[in-house]
Amino acid sequence: MKRAALALVAVFAASFALAQGVKDERRSGYHDMGPALQKMQDDDSSNPGMLFVQKGAGLWRTPAGAAGKSCADCHAEGSMKGVAARYPAIPSGGQAPVDLEGRIDLCRTENQKADRFAPESDDLLALTAYVAQQSRGLPVSPPADPKLALFRAEGEALYRLRQGQLNLSCAICHDDNAGKKLAGIAIPQAHPTGYPIYRLEWQTLGSLKRRLRNCLVGIRAEPYAWESPQYVALELYLMERARGMTMEGIGVRP
Amino acid sequence: MANVLINAPKTAKKGELVEIKALVLHQMETGFRAGTNGRIIPRNIIERFTASWNGKELLDMTMSSAIAANPFVSFFAVASESGRIVMRWTGDNGFQVEESVAIAVE
Repeated sequence: MKRAALALVAVFAASFALAQGVKDERRSGYHDMGPALQKMQDDDSSNPGMLFVQKGAGLWRTPAGAAGKSCADCHAEGSMKGVAARYPAIPSGGQAPVDLEGRIDLCRTENQKADRFAPESDDLLALTAYVAQQSRGLPVSPPADPKLALFRAEGEALYRLRQGQLNLSCAICHDDNAGKKLAGIAIPQAHPTGYPIYRLEWQTLGSLKRRLRNCLVGIRAEPYAWESPQYVALELYLMERARGMTMEGIGVRP
Repeated sequence: MANVLINAPKTAKKGELVEIKALVLHQMETGFRAGTNGRIIPRNIIERFTASWNGKELLDMTMSSAIAANPFVSFFAVASESGRIVMRWTGDNGFQVEESVAIAVE
């Protein structure tokens, strides 16, 4: 008993030392916002993303497609907890990774026998929001699937690739210059912990893909087409980069 | 699909000041923006928001083009009697949403 307790103390001491040794410098864009916006995000009755969560909850229970099944017919209430924290992932039997939106579309075409949602459509965003909200407070935990490594490496290469007329890479802003200002606005470290986000500039909910397209346009590069695998690769890398950080549910951003 | 989120206390003491928060899904298209084809997108906004407590008016608000999408309104009322708080949004293109919450005053 005493030995077990001693061993436990040793383990605690070791993990404490480890935690002290490697200070986590990562921070969510949430911490770069003013207190008013932080409050807006935290209060479920003022976060406009919750309107989409509510809409998504309705869609979840609505039968769709030739199979006449709803999401709720297969998935128990609350069973999506943690799902948003680990996607993108390779679906069983699949070859390439899909993100959360892609996974929802797969369910629609394979199980509900319905048409895919249009990219960035309100219904797709609402369902994604409903699923993502259930991971609020959980750590980002990408799956250990070794097949993902290749795609993740591709994502990292894209992250470090200079492109566009401004000849910038994601890393130049979000690694080298994060925390500094760009036109008066703090450059965030680009951790995808609050997606889909309600962005005030958009006046609506938007996906991580939309955010990536925004950045590509910002550096005067041509965005990849909506269904391109490049987005999923980038998302994979970004999630790995944010591993262990806390999922925020539906984030609000300026 | 009408989509409204209302946050009001379910119970209140008589004479207490209660806060009521209401959020409604609406794009609030200003009528000043041009679409991708260069034409002006027609205005589509909520014009009026009203709230009443057991039929007695609490608030009558006129909204304009300058108000953001998914408008959020927060207001206070003195709890006088148990009953229902009814909120109504009306706007362009026949937009009309009504939602109510019950409140018990003791």
